[in-house]
Amino acid sequence: MTAALGDSQADNAKRSSTEKNLDNSFIWLTRIFAIGVAGVLIWIAVQVGIQSRRAIQEFGWSFWTNSAWNPVEQQYGVLPMIYGTIVSSLIALLIAFPIGVACAIVLSENFLPLSVRRTLIFMVELLAAIPSVVYGLWGIYVLIPFLKPIGSWLHDNFGWIPLFATPYAGPGMLPAGLILSIMILPILTAIARDSLASLPSDLRTGSYAVGSTRWQTIFSVLIPAAFSGIVGGTMLALGRALGETMAVTLVIGNSNELQLSVLAPANTIASLLANQFAEAKGLQEDSLMYAGLILFAITLVVNILAEAIVQKVKKY
Amino acid sequence: MSTTTQERYSKSDELERSRSRPRTIIGTLLTILAFILLGIALLPLFLVIIYVIIRGASRFDLNLFTEIPPAALQEGGGIASAIVGTIILVAIASVISIPIGVLAAVYLSEFSSGRIARWIRFATNVLSGVPSIIIGIFAYGVVVLSTGTFSAVAGGFALAILMLPVVVRTTDESLQIVPQEVRWASVGVGASDFHTVLLIVLPAALPAILTGTTLAVARAAGETAPLIFTALFTRYWPSGLFQPIPSLSVLVYNYAAVPYENQQELAWAASLILVLLILLTSIISRWATGKSTY
Amino acid sequence: MSALERNQEDRSDRQQQNTEQNSEAVLQTEDLTVYYGKFAALRGVFMKIFKNKITAFVGPSGCGKSTLLRCFNRLNDLIDGCRVEGKVIYRNKNLYSKKIDPVEVRRRIGMVFQKPNPFPKSIYENIAYGARINGYKGDLDELVERSLQQAALWDEVKDKLKDNGLSLSGGQQQRLCIARAVALKPDVVLMDEPCSSLDPVSTGKIEDLIHQLKQNYTIIIVTHNMQQAVRVSDLTAFFNAEEGEKGNRFGYLVEYDKTEKIFENPQEEATREYVGGRFG
Repeated sequence: MTAALGDSQADNAKRSSTEKNLDNSFIWLTRIFAIGVAGVLIWIAVQVGIQSRRAIQEFGWSFWTNSAWNPVEQQYGVLPMIYGTIVSSLIALLIAFPIGVACAIVLSENFLPLSVRRTLIFMVELLAAIPSVVYGLWGIYVLIPFLKPIGSWLHDNFGWIPLFATPYAGPGMLPAGLILSIMILPILTAIARDSLASLPSDLRTGSYAVGSTRWQTIFSVLIPAAFSGIVGGTMLALGRALGETMAVTLVIGNSNELQLSVLAPANTIASLLANQFAEAKGLQEDSLMYAGLILFAITLVVNILAEAIVQKVKKY
Repeated sequence: MSTTTQERYSKSDELERSRSRPRTIIGTLLTILAFILLGIALLPLFLVIIYVIIRGASRFDLNLFTEIPPAALQEGGGIASAIVGTIILVAIASVISIPIGVLAAVYLSEFSSGRIARWIRFATNVLSGVPSIIIGIFAYGVVVLSTGTFSAVAGGFALAILMLPVVVRTTDESLQIVPQEVRWASVGVGASDFHTVLLIVLPAALPAILTGTTLAVARAAGETAPLIFTALFTRYWPSGLFQPIPSLSVLVYNYAAVPYENQQELAWAASLILVLLILLTSIISRWATGKSTY
Repeated sequence: MSALERNQEDRSDRQQQNTEQNSEAVLQTEDLTVYYGKFAALRGVFMKIFKNKITAFVGPSGCGKSTLLRCFNRLNDLIDGCRVEGKVIYRNKNLYSKKIDPVEVRRRIGMVFQKPNPFPKSIYENIAYGARINGYKGDLDELVERSLQQAALWDEVKDKLKDNGLSLSGGQQQRLCIARAVALKPDVVLMDEPCSSLDPVSTGKIEDLIHQLKQNYTIIIVTHNMQQAVRVSDLTAFFNAEEGEKGNRFGYLVEYDKTEKIFENPQEEATREYVGGRFG
């Protein structure tokens, strides 16, 4: 840009000064926007933090351990929702992890021709594209009735275990966990598949050359080598599960009572917000903001850890 | 020496395949198991699509696209106002997020290097993992509280925040695919950075950016959580940018658990529209780019 | 085309005679042709690999020497679209018959790769892994020590067997991979340009090692380096590449004989040109 030559030097010099200004302001504009996008994270934290300050002052740490949510007496605590958030996410991971890793293996190894694999990969991605609220609607009318015999059987035969201590109520933790597992499966599969597929092919041939079978290679060489990527993908999936809202709200039953049983209605922080926020006023609204801040903090930590792991894997 | 060691290996002299070898059997079983799990993973996709089609198709007629949703015990009606509302919301979100996102990505891919870009990319990825309900309460605080009303703008703002990281990432990736030679050629004829980016690099990456952005828009149209306490809902036609506005996704949510069959049917019909929108955009974009999106 | 075939048959007869040795043939190919997709990458190879000899494969790139090497342990199976015609005879069996289990083949015919590729596991596990999956009944510690000694690596790593194999230097990694291969007590060790990514000092160590291994193993080594072929091998096979009718390149065996014969008095003009140009 400074390479103005020969007789047109004067001309170019003039033009380049306006051009330089244009150039510089353009670069600055893009820079501001880029930093702004990252700044949104901080903006969210500050905004939600400010709005929950009254509830923080009022309840402090007892908000985390109090299990009452009572708008009439203005008493608020989120223990049942924290329990519900964590347990529903764990159920989801428990189901999605083995399935997701199996999908990642089938879709990264050469079990199938590449074109077939591509189509299957696309279909797994589509799972993530279906709107959350549609899963919720489907959950109410298809999944919950379908789970009735299974839930009743669990209660009849394993009722002595606290997890199955209540009769199957329909909406509750179990259908919520199942729906969540469907929704987090694609991201788990995608990251796990990526880390398997990005392993150097030398590793695979090296293992075959000492006489491993395909599955010995997968379990003893490939999965250990891709382990951190699989962990990263699982954590990313956990982050999604913790914050997933609409599908869960529609099938979890939204009961603010703390129950250990996965067959009973429950609640998560996200579905608490979805249910009550629009009509909340005063201290209830502040308490909901506080609950939102907690959810934001938890998912932020999980996501930062997950992204850090995934990033590191990509470099390798 | 070699014979003694040889004997310690339980090598048979057989080179032939044998179906009764434990590792052959275990291998076959594991392969079958893996394929069953893949089948289980894809089953919900088909079940959801099939159910939505079956339940939603019964209301797929002209009324659906011309009439507003019915009140509780009313018969008939459609979801026309919600369709218009969703279009308005998505348009507001696109107007905010696409220019900002594209320019931010231009900075990441064209003008920055090293540490800053890495941090911003990292933050963008983390932002895309923030639960959409949190984006909702954030937009409530920023727009609804300061304007004093639930509104289309508040909903559009929330969706824009949601789309932003997706737009940045797809644009960033699309720009990085543009070969370096194209930039050199432009700079080589004396073009400024500004011209190089706007007239050469962005147009070269445009098809990929468009595909990625279309997918982001389609996904935003299905989002519910950020809308329920920003855009709120109404049965009626949108009446202004600073008024509550209906949308397809919130309609599904509101009518999903009501006892009125008429409204339930409309929820399924709205779901069908959302699912078709997603399917069509995904398939078209896959066909257009000819590669998997991830 | 037919001229070429006749020519090749002549050659194979001559090679058979010239290389008639006292030792027995471990591997034998009969009219071996390898296709990648539609096109042949290697055509009509007849050759014998003799026991406890070191055989070097030399030739320009694209001549199919690595492809042939990978036929001996059926590693070409892993490449999509790869198809093999003809026979590879090992222990009186055709390795490419449908009944053969490639896993069993690879347990008897070991391989060392161009780039050192230790598993991302400890040095100890790198060697124990193969033994374990092969159902080794003896003392694993002893096997690891003996294999590392055979690979002339023991003294350098005996105090850090738990360290990751990837923490070693390139030359050490390659010797670890050789130890990994010999730990299985294979009949044959295939080496695909094992020194191409190493410095001269490491290369010297590996070449010494190859000489020592000759007592117990049959070794086939693919190399770009003519001096290396002269230094390490007993027999040398020269491959060349030719343009096919559709512009696709394919490789074929030109000449196969005692190493000194190939380098001092080759029968074929192509060999003379290649070896002379590279060696003289």
